Amino acid sequence: MSRRHLAILTATVLAAASLTACGSGDSSGGSGKTLTYWASNQGASLEADKAILQPELDRFTQQTGITVNVEVVPWSDLLNRLLAAATTGQGPDVVNIGNTWSASLQATGALVEFDDATLDKIGGKDRFVPAALAAAGAADKPPAAVPLYSLAYALYYNKKAFADAGVTAPPTTWEELTEVGKKLTGDGRWGLAVEGANPSENAHHAFTFGQQYGGDWFDAAGKPSFDTPQNVAAVKRYVDLMAADKIVNPSNAEYAQNQSVSDFANGKAAMLLWQAAGANLRSQNMAPDAYGVAPVPFPATPPAGGKQVNSMVAGINIAVFKHTGNLDGALDFVKFMTSDTAQVTLNKTYGSLPAVNTVAADPAFAADEQKVLAQTLATSAAPLPQVPEESTFETLVGTAIKELFADAASGRPVTEDSVREKLTRAQQQMR
Amino acid sequence: MAVTTSPPVGTPTETGPPARRRSRRPRRSLLPYLLLAPAIVLELAIHVVPMLVGTWMSLLELTQFHIRDWSGAPFVGLDNYRVVLDVDSAAGAELLRSFRVTVVYTVLSVGLSWVLGTTAAVLLQRPFRGRAVLRALFLTPYALPVYTAVITWTFLFQRDTGLVNHVLVDQLGLVDEPPFWLIGDNSFVALLIVSIWRTWPFAFLCIMAGLQNIPDELYEAAAMDGAGFWRRLRSVTLPMLRPVNLVLLLVLFLWTFNDFNTPYVLFGGSAPAEADLISLHIYRSSFQTWDFGTGSAMSVVLLLFLLLVTAGYLLLTNRRRNDA
Repeated sequence: MSRRHLAILTATVLAAASLTACGSGDSSGGSGKTLTYWASNQGASLEADKAILQPELDRFTQQTGITVNVEVVPWSDLLNRLLAAATTGQGPDVVNIGNTWSASLQATGALVEFDDATLDKIGGKDRFVPAALAAAGAADKPPAAVPLYSLAYALYYNKKAFADAGVTAPPTTWEELTEVGKKLTGDGRWGLAVEGANPSENAHHAFTFGQQYGGDWFDAAGKPSFDTPQNVAAVKRYVDLMAADKIVNPSNAEYAQNQSVSDFANGKAAMLLWQAAGANLRSQNMAPDAYGVAPVPFPATPPAGGKQVNSMVAGINIAVFKHTGNLDGALDFVKFMTSDTAQVTLNKTYGSLPAVNTVAADPAFAADEQKVLAQTLATSAAPLPQVPEESTFETLVGTAIKELFADAASGRPVTEDSVREKLTRAQQQMR
Repeated sequence: MAVTTSPPVGTPTETGPPARRRSRRPRRSLLPYLLLAPAIVLELAIHVVPMLVGTWMSLLELTQFHIRDWSGAPFVGLDNYRVVLDVDSAAGAELLRSFRVTVVYTVLSVGLSWVLGTTAAVLLQRPFRGRAVLRALFLTPYALPVYTAVITWTFLFQRDTGLVNHVLVDQLGLVDEPPFWLIGDNSFVALLIVSIWRTWPFAFLCIMAGLQNIPDELYEAAAMDGAGFWRRLRSVTLPMLRPVNLVLLLVLFLWTFNDFNTPYVLFGGSAPAEADLISLHIYRSSFQTWDFGTGSAMSVVLLLFLLLVTAGYLLLTNRRRNDA
């Protein structure tokens, strides 16, 4: 072998060694006796979540001998991390996903689909709340996940502020909410708090308001229809809470870290639209009897085509990656997390609702807040469109609304034209 | 082994017998390759391969449907480039807007950082009491972890609770209504302030090092010729700093143009339009709207632009040096 060949060979061997080193990691993330689990952030902090989950995971280990390594992932990172895991086939065995992303993640083909046979392994299809299961994947396919925690939006209101202003009942229409909000705004307090710079939060409200105004964000063929007159009216109604009604602090236009919940807990805002805020409020020292919970309002006179929808079917799903090296163990873990005991313990702690029918009557879910959420989910909530482009809709429309809030906060007019222009631009970026 | 028979270091090889000379040669010529190999492997793995893969991706319709097995994504040729370069389309118009913001941002941030760094380095050139402390203080922003530093700025810039508005409104009374810094027009100013705060210490460090290399004799000679401070600065300091500045400005330009950390930590994934830098824009297209094909096309266009500017800059500065 010539010296040149030797040099080339050495370089090649080194290159191959370095490339194999890149690819030879623990591709499954779990062997027969361990599973890796990415949990979404449900509690007051990542550490709090870990402390809440660990006893349950230990119980699972006792039952099955399988150790679960849990990592709590903040919401801001979760979608990207899931996408990276889907792309590379490297990552956890079991994950939490926001239920609105189900169809988007299903389209990657990386998640195990829960057909009837797979559902039977974890207790059967009928165990799950039908509305929650409907938000677990595209309509024409088996679910790509199963529901874990169920949530819905509700109107939280400060009882003392209401009493001081002589308001005896929570508002049931947007017109009433505006009127009450104006009464409660002043002296360093605002009528309502919103999370104006959080695209996901904005997109959720865009969906609910859109339904009430007769709008859909995707047409029957699954094509985006963002800038219809109904959607324009719906988004304008939402942003006008700040722009026209002036019951929202302009500072809320830069809120993206749940500051609106803190403002409500600290008495800086008298009302809040949120999903199961109870646990979060408790962690900020707001006593449960200091606030009331009511359904999210409707328009007083719904426009033609308007639907009686006042929340999305919100919630967290649990999913299994196809790349897991331990499918049976992963399904056992899903079965465990959706078992009656785990469902009661975890949902009780988080203030969310069980995703299975069997424990709905448990006294843990009889508090006023949970009753309102359950009632909303049962009667007036609709799932976000389960189309692959859903996560893109959240980003683009949510960001457009963030810009509209910024306009409103800095005194620029928010008109039908400006709303339409932003929604059109968002739609044009869908491919 | 051959090693044991090698002459001691420094022994002229010419004096050795011919057989011994031959036995040394292979090891000598292999050594450079071995030493280069890690760098070549890393360069390939970190830069060349991803760049080629990225360019290939820019020719595919790469969405969530194909991301798992991306090599199977439909080939669309230059379609993605047509989309991102068509300024009449929403995607093209947004990219152009983001490009303009980035150009202005880069020029201002690099320019002001350089002025600030040069000024501080020149003023700190002469020894005086407390100079070491000042130097250390000036370098602090450069030493801090990016995330920690920028997240602190987001607290400072909060409209209601931030220190910036507290000083402007409550203490100095300069404005009545507290302005927004993280949304709207001012977001660009906020971004620029944080960027300069992060960048100028590096300029300061490089220029300070450059100043050390200027012989005192030059200043002494200039002083004897009656040159004052400004004349010495213009005729001695700046010309002598030219090699340092050539590299420094190029590096700062490339870093600032590609800056992702500052806007991402300051604004989150969706920056206000006024401060939407191109790297964040590409990130959003790729990872938030899951359109990796157009995201890659944007990256390739950006890479070509930066290559072009860098090549032009190097040519221009080389020509000047040759002319000089």
